[in-house]
Amino acid sequence: MHEPQPAMQFVDLRQQNDVAQLGMWVFLATEVLFFGGLILAYSAYRIGYSSGFAQAAARTEIAIGTANTAVLLTSSFLVAWAVLIARQREGRIAGLLLWGAALLGLVFLALKGIEYSIEYRAHLLPGLSFAASGPQAQATHLFFAFYFIATGLHAVHVAVGIVVLVVIGIRARQGAYSERYHAPITVAGLYWHFVDVVWIFLFALIYLPGRSS
Amino acid sequence: MKRWYPPRVLVFSWAGLLALLALTVFGAYQPLGAFNTALALTIAVCKALIVVSIFMELRERNALTIAFASAGFFWLAIMLWLALADFVTRPNFPPGPPPLT
Amino acid sequence: MSSDRNYLTADNSLRSWLFTTDHKRVAILYFIGITLFFFIGGAAATMIRLELVSPQGHFFTSDVYNRLFTMHGVIMVWFFLIPSIPATLGNFVVPLMIGARDLAFPRLNLTSWYLFMIGGLITLYAIFAGGLDTGWTFYTPFSTMYSNSHVVLAVTGIFIAGFSSILTGLNFIVTIHRLRAPGLTWYRLPLFLWSLYATAAILVLATPVLAMTLLLVALDRFAGIGIFDPARGGDPLLFQHLFWFYSHPAVYIMILPGMGVVSELVSCFSRKAVFGYKFVAWSAIAIAVVGFFVWGHHMFVSGQSAYAGLTFSFMSFVVAVPSAIKVFNWTATMHKGWVTFDAPMLYALGFIGLFTIGGLTGLFLACLAFDVYATDTYFVVAHFHYIMVGGMVTAYFGGLHYWWPKITGRMYPEYWARAAAIVIFFGFNMTFFPQFILGILGMPRRYHVYPPEFQIWHVMSSTGASILAVGYLLPLLYLGWSLFFGRRAPANPWHATGLEWQTPSPPPEYNFETMPVVKRAPYQYTLKGRERAQNA
Repeated sequence: MHEPQPAMQFVDLRQQNDVAQLGMWVFLATEVLFFGGLILAYSAYRIGYSSGFAQAAARTEIAIGTANTAVLLTSSFLVAWAVLIARQREGRIAGLLLWGAALLGLVFLALKGIEYSIEYRAHLLPGLSFAASGPQAQATHLFFAFYFIATGLHAVHVAVGIVVLVVIGIRARQGAYSERYHAPITVAGLYWHFVDVVWIFLFALIYLPGRSS
Repeated sequence: MKRWYPPRVLVFSWAGLLALLALTVFGAYQPLGAFNTALALTIAVCKALIVVSIFMELRERNALTIAFASAGFFWLAIMLWLALADFVTRPNFPPGPPPLT
Repeated sequence: MSSDRNYLTADNSLRSWLFTTDHKRVAILYFIGITLFFFIGGAAATMIRLELVSPQGHFFTSDVYNRLFTMHGVIMVWFFLIPSIPATLGNFVVPLMIGARDLAFPRLNLTSWYLFMIGGLITLYAIFAGGLDTGWTFYTPFSTMYSNSHVVLAVTGIFIAGFSSILTGLNFIVTIHRLRAPGLTWYRLPLFLWSLYATAAILVLATPVLAMTLLLVALDRFAGIGIFDPARGGDPLLFQHLFWFYSHPAVYIMILPGMGVVSELVSCFSRKAVFGYKFVAWSAIAIAVVGFFVWGHHMFVSGQSAYAGLTFSFMSFVVAVPSAIKVFNWTATMHKGWVTFDAPMLYALGFIGLFTIGGLTGLFLACLAFDVYATDTYFVVAHFHYIMVGGMVTAYFGGLHYWWPKITGRMYPEYWARAAAIVIFFGFNMTFFPQFILGILGMPRRYHVYPPEFQIWHVMSSTGASILAVGYLLPLLYLGWSLFFGRRAPANPWHATGLEWQTPSPPPEYNFETMPVVKRAPYQYTLKGRERAQNA
């Protein structure tokens, strides 16, 4: 493997690594605000329909949601581990760990798919296949609109992350990364962890309300 | 051989995250009234802080990176605060169906 | 000079342009794109002003008129003003000004242009396939439930273009933080960079919320979710909060770069350092930050709570302060300076006057009581055109003329340029000042049929618009002419300070042979420099 060179606008690889990470953090800030718009919608309607939202939230599949949270937290652990050892030139193992994380991502999506099909059959898909009645029908409709949009967007981000992890895993196994040059794997890790952080908050807002009554 | 072992801090973080997950699910089933929400969000913030500071290595980064990492959340807080100020102080929220005339 | 290899002559194949990562070429690509959109948006404006000449509306039905003003707003805001200075002048000048060879992420820069063009073409298709009649503001539930126009298509185009904005902002922020030449501390940066940094922060923090808002509109329309429909428990004001959280800071995206250009022009053509540099620098940051706290002033009569209205009104007064500081400091810069009236300076002076009028009328609108009366009238239309056209477009032309020699290696014909600047100033005021009066008299915006007593003001405004159109066509002609026949430009035709003037005109592909080292504060204009400029 030849020695990596910094791109022509950079003085050295250290600057390139630093700039790449800063760039990813800026991008992650934009993602916070992107999901943030949904959080505002959720918060407003939760204030307006507090009991309705709680009742609707109690109809989510908490077992699947909890399992999925554990899956993502574990995948983040694998990614963080992989990034550190890739810098120590343990690229072959790092690549395996990244693929493991990607596999967990696929497990997440599979469980999500099962969950969506349960909800579809229960007629909880707003706009397309929704049947709820009673005084909380509108609140339930709005809650599940938020649920599908938020988790759907999150799932898209997970899918992108899986592809990224697989590709970076291949590069890691080819020995591309070291203490000197690790920008791509570090930055990929940051993205994946962020997707995990989003899920941590979505889990708290979607699955946990309304369980104690 | 040892270079590929995960650092202990990473393993403890993972264990801590799973423990917090168990705690938050357990807590959701306890009748705590309004405190349920606060508890769930607090635990979520703790989990997020572990992921951000340890997995995303923010604790080892310079002030500028920490500022960039916080900026999104800070601006989201501004949006939530000012917008919810309307929703919270408006007498007719949610507006309900328009009158039939 | 042109026989030397520079960024323009390096490789002339189409492929080298379409796959370039050179920030200077990306700037040119953007310039072509936004000029195209400017004239399409301008065509819509022409049709609007033609229609408004008569009180009964001879040419278009109300439905078509709705599509015209929507098209004008959508194209001018998202496909001309938002990218204008940052993506053209910013892309070109930022690396040169900081002594770098390119931006931090050159390939992201090119991606940004492709996203812009794809988004623009999709939106144009929506418009020519029948158009959009919701206004550029897409208010719900009309846009989500009742409009019979191409909402989803237009929203998709704008969504894609939004990512172009985000990537440009990301690139500028990281570049300005990390790629500055040795010795170029923050307080030695030209003020154009402070303004672009503030603009980039807004691009990055506000645009994602627009993306989510547009996505929700599209989903609501497509799947009938009813998130903004009161009959299904939704709240139209949720849309307005989400929309204006982006769109108010967006108007600061559409003025801050212009302010940055004006700082450069005023100091160069007064041969004097900008007065109160730190105040002008931090006022840009203050405008960007406080600009996020005021969006509810677009919603005073929407039904939001009185408490929210009070808060937003107060913050709207606060945000005027840093803008005023800039105007005072530019004026103080000129005081006892050695002022020359080259075309860029004429535009800078026009900016200061017109922006002040626009800004002051903004304060009128920030008053709750006045706004109840003036909202949705031509007073608002005049206010924002004074800022966006009288301010930003004027500054854009000023910067374009100022950096034209650097970008193209040619001088433009100075007397034609001054004539065009004067025609634009005159035409602009004749177009938009009567609109303040129309607004006070009660003429609503977005109407094409009106009481006959308003006609005199509309005729005056439309006459002004025809003069303004001539003013905008002139630079297209003489700048185009200068590309082939203009005098070859030296490296520093204005004897200005700044690293970009230390390179040849046009610059070589990699900007600097060796990395420059900065040892002095910016704007070190001297008496000797004035004499040299006088004798040039």
